[in-house]
Amino acid sequence: MTRTITTSDTPGTADPGEVIHTLSIFVNNKAGVLMRICQVFARRGYNIESLVVAQGRDPHFSRMTIGLKGAPEGLEQIIKQVSKLIDVIHCYEHTSADAVVREMLLIKFLVEDGQQRTDALQIIEHFNGKTVDLTPSSMVAMITGDSPKVDAAVGMLSQFDIIETVRTGKVVMARGEQPT
Amino acid sequence: MDNNKLDGAQALLKTLNELGIEYIFGYSGGAALPIFDALETVETKMKFILVRHEQGAVHMADGYARATGRPAAVLVTSGPGAGNTVSGLMTAQMDSVPMIVLTGQQVLWMLGKDAFQEADTFSITMPVVKHNFLVKDTNDLPRIAREAHHIATTGRPGPVLVDIPKNVSQDPFSGDLDPEVNLPGYHPERAFEIDEEAVESAVKLIHQSRRPIILAGQGCMIARAGDELLKLSRTLGCPVTTTLLGKGIYPETNDHALGMVGMHGTAYANKAIVEADLILNVGSRFDDRIIGQTEKFGANASIIHIDIDPAEMNKMISPDVQIIGDARAALVELNKRVDEIDTAEWLKHLTGLKKKYPLHYRKQGGLRMQQVIDELYNLTRGEAIISTDVGQHQMWAAQFYKCNAPYRWLSSGGAGTMGFGFPAAIGAQFACPDELVVAIVGDGGFQMTLFELATAALHKLPLKILVLNNHYLGMVRQWQELFFDDRKSGVDLEGNPDFVKLAAAYGIQGFNIKRPADVSRTLQKALDYKEGPCLIHAECYKTDNVFPMIPAGAPLEDMLIEPPKRKMAKPVGST
Repeated sequence: MTRTITTSDTPGTADPGEVIHTLSIFVNNKAGVLMRICQVFARRGYNIESLVVAQGRDPHFSRMTIGLKGAPEGLEQIIKQVSKLIDVIHCYEHTSADAVVREMLLIKFLVEDGQQRTDALQIIEHFNGKTVDLTPSSMVAMITGDSPKVDAAVGMLSQFDIIETVRTGKVVMARGEQPT
Repeated sequence: MDNNKLDGAQALLKTLNELGIEYIFGYSGGAALPIFDALETVETKMKFILVRHEQGAVHMADGYARATGRPAAVLVTSGPGAGNTVSGLMTAQMDSVPMIVLTGQQVLWMLGKDAFQEADTFSITMPVVKHNFLVKDTNDLPRIAREAHHIATTGRPGPVLVDIPKNVSQDPFSGDLDPEVNLPGYHPERAFEIDEEAVESAVKLIHQSRRPIILAGQGCMIARAGDELLKLSRTLGCPVTTTLLGKGIYPETNDHALGMVGMHGTAYANKAIVEADLILNVGSRFDDRIIGQTEKFGANASIIHIDIDPAEMNKMISPDVQIIGDARAALVELNKRVDEIDTAEWLKHLTGLKKKYPLHYRKQGGLRMQQVIDELYNLTRGEAIISTDVGQHQMWAAQFYKCNAPYRWLSSGGAGTMGFGFPAAIGAQFACPDELVVAIVGDGGFQMTLFELATAALHKLPLKILVLNNHYLGMVRQWQELFFDDRKSGVDLEGNPDFVKLAAAYGIQGFNIKRPADVSRTLQKALDYKEGPCLIHAECYKTDNVFPMIPAGAPLEDMLIEPPKRKMAKPVGST
């Protein structure tokens, strides 16, 4: 149910034994709900790696997709403690095996000449990305995919002078007819 | 009264009244003014009790709930008023005690602006309640009050806090007084659907067992499962031990009763847990005070865990069979399926252990707290409602005041909140005016909430306050003696007042016990005193220690039945 951290998953060092878990949490769309959930994580020393929250199809509910880093032993407890919150409708863990995982990257970098621009466009094309802003000296590209793909795109574009990157954090949806 | 002319506060109180709330314990203040005014303008059956500190109010509601199973309300103001409820809320949350706490709040448009007596009560209290609300619309008040009551009293109960900005309680009400609760993520009714397969697996384990033990906890108490528990124990011929909070759910004088288990439990209960081949946990959360060392607990036994809270499964102990649900409902299912098992040899062995390792205390060299409690037990035939504080006296009370009926043992278990005992006794006495209520407190804890002497005196509550005074924070001193080379640090309560004189200042009758020979006579005098509350002060031996004792984090096998002769290593457990 869990994936071990690889360097392509999270740049930087990870504690051995800590893994990234992706939780999809369906909640009442009310003030303070995120805080209740974060308290469950914080109390047990889990760190939030990514967090996406948006209103559900029914505006009374919200969907949270949370990437969490921490020991796998504690995860069952975390899921139960989160599920127990009055404002939580359900909380499931998902992996890339049972769910579609996507995140979006916006990346801004300098392009000094036509050759660099062509090179950049080729890379963006390769990742099925799009150019969303273009000036004589810079570009903003948008790339969507699972996290390793986004990491790879950042890696490839690192040959340019990157000004900044913004990632949405991942969202997941269960495969098949299974609800998320 | 015309509903159209109600304000929010009046609609709120009408709702609480309809929900059957009998008592509101509280302390007034600016942000709660509209609600306090409504107490005067709305006709209800509810009685308001003005306390002397908000912590006292929460513990009173707690004591009320532990003695009845029903929630009381607490009403306090914003900022410091709300802040003072925190340790009381935590106490109730840790022990799954229902209550509804209403806190006044600044007006909505001043929130977050550091207005006078503004505090972010919603955030401050979030980790110490089962749920909380910040009300933003006057018309939501009846629904939220109903939801608060529903959440507090169902499933695994707990405290629910409702933070009410002053304009919300003051504004005219134009909503529905009888709305439906709307809690799509909350399904306590599922606790009564017991998984048959799990029950069958449990029955299989039970029928294989020859050395079973039932561990009954607060979940049994909450589910009112005493009758089913007794039935199961009888059918199987199975001994029963209880947790601190389970005291009374199974008659402690019954032949099959082993008393309390855990850190300061009876030697025979702890030995029985170690030697058992089956531990059937009914509504205990396998607290660290019970299991000692997680890895070694029940290492040779099958474990069945019945709990209403799925999050308790695999939290401390991974059971062989989990039955998630209401303790009574689960026991009913077990009772339908179980037959007698052959435990004769096991019971004989346990009777031997009871004889070999009885609870005992010294009767020479100064007055022992145990003796006072023991004689109180005898004089009251074990029928009093006992509310304890936290520390050595609490453990001795648990050991020597045997309880044969539920809802008569009120003690802060999980949180270990000093200052709990006396106000909780007040709450219990309000709940049960015709019962004998005794607060057994130490000199440390009593001084944390003794200001409620005024509340007890004002209402002429017939409760007895038994102050067991050893001039120390005895439990901490005991640890320092055993594990820190007897270096006493921060435990000497020099400067204690004359408690009898202090009681007199509130118009409360006091009695002094100084010698072992006085105990029985003086206690009887106090029990016969009928003019309101009275305080019995017992001057006790200063440096006694509670045994048996399992050092924190050590396995049950390492239990010390007698004081150790060698120097002890510092315990590995957290506290």
